[in-house]
Amino acid sequence: MEYVNIFVKGIFIENMIFAYFLGMCSYLAVSKTVKTGVGLGIAVIFVLGITVPINYLLENYVLKEGALAWLGDDFIDVDLSFLGFILFIAVIASMVQLVEMAVEKFAPALYGALGIFLPLIAVNCAILGGALFMQERQYVNIGEATIFGLGSGVGWFLAIVAIAAIREKIRYSNVPPALRGLGITFIITGLMGIAFMSFMGIEL
Amino acid sequence: MADEVTIEELEKEPKEPLFSKKNKKLLSDPLNDDNPITVQVLGICSALAITVQVKQAVVMSVSVLFVMIFANLIISLLRNYIPTRVRIIVQLVVVAALVILVDQILKAFVYDVSKQLSVFVGLIITNCIIMGRLEAFALANKPWPSLLDGVGNAAGYGLILIVVAFFRELLGSGKIYGYNVIPDVIYDLGYENNGLMILSPMALIAVGVYIWIQRSWNTKLIEE
Repeated sequence: MEYVNIFVKGIFIENMIFAYFLGMCSYLAVSKTVKTGVGLGIAVIFVLGITVPINYLLENYVLKEGALAWLGDDFIDVDLSFLGFILFIAVIASMVQLVEMAVEKFAPALYGALGIFLPLIAVNCAILGGALFMQERQYVNIGEATIFGLGSGVGWFLAIVAIAAIREKIRYSNVPPALRGLGITFIITGLMGIAFMSFMGIEL
Repeated sequence: MADEVTIEELEKEPKEPLFSKKNKKLLSDPLNDDNPITVQVLGICSALAITVQVKQAVVMSVSVLFVMIFANLIISLLRNYIPTRVRIIVQLVVVAALVILVDQILKAFVYDVSKQLSVFVGLIITNCIIMGRLEAFALANKPWPSLLDGVGNAAGYGLILIVVAFFRELLGSGKIYGYNVIPDVIYDLGYENNGLMILSPMALIAVGVYIWIQRSWNTKLIEE
């Protein structure tokens, strides 16, 4: 039950885009068509699902105060938590490299469509944000951390697909010139965020 | 890309004053015509999340300014020694090291604000403004212009942050920088703080409105 709760929370209540604005840059840049939106969304789910548990292990067996105790009694006092940022980003960058190679090999068409945005996942705030929230919220075991990663990824996926669909339609609407493109996308995202707030307080 | 710049080439370039016209443009452009947030669409993630109060916005802008200046300077100094293939990793390491520094300083001196900013200090690492400017500018330019570019872009980022935070704090909680500015008389007349402004979706709408105002004023920025 706890797992379902974390999953649903990650998708709706603590949605990466609407509640924390993480990964907005690629969200705005790649949401012009649904197809590329779906591609990037899947890549984000995948990368979050892999990096959050890896970073969880890193956090709990290397970085935290006393985490190195398994090496012997001499290491009980070692606190490496200040190295967190640099190690998390290193794990993320290398995982993204792997995903990029896999996509290039198995789905060349998708690779062509995503273009430069795949390497940009490395600097997508949603991925590092996932790792940092995992660190802050102190999940009790690796299962919870993985579910949290997947849930946030699915939430991000939903958000980008929804906005891409709206942007495809809005091309036929008469938007005030100064709002065209970026401005209206921001305002729509805000309205979607308000809609998503109705999920707040759901406890499973 | 900054390949080898030979010594002759360096000497050929005329010496320009520290604040030549071109350099001034580097400082002023990001404030309006080339604003990192509303025009280049970089670094939105953190810009929106921490605009509930002016104080957080100020601390965040100063942190970004610091990281940006030094990252631009360091990368620009190293630009001829970084192989193109590993440049992203080099940039990430430099930025991450600077951010760790900022994080420790914030924890030491303004602990309460640091707690409120929570993960967003760490997220400066993946702030696209910094990576974007390193990639687009510092890798191809000399240290001094890069430094100015860093200051200009960080200022453009800070401008948006502080303007949005000003309105959200004023309308949402009736305060500016934590001080009550709306007199009690007005509350007695039936005025209420608009709680909606504090919620996160309003940050998006506020930036949307800012873009609207900026573009109806500066019509050359309109898309399509």
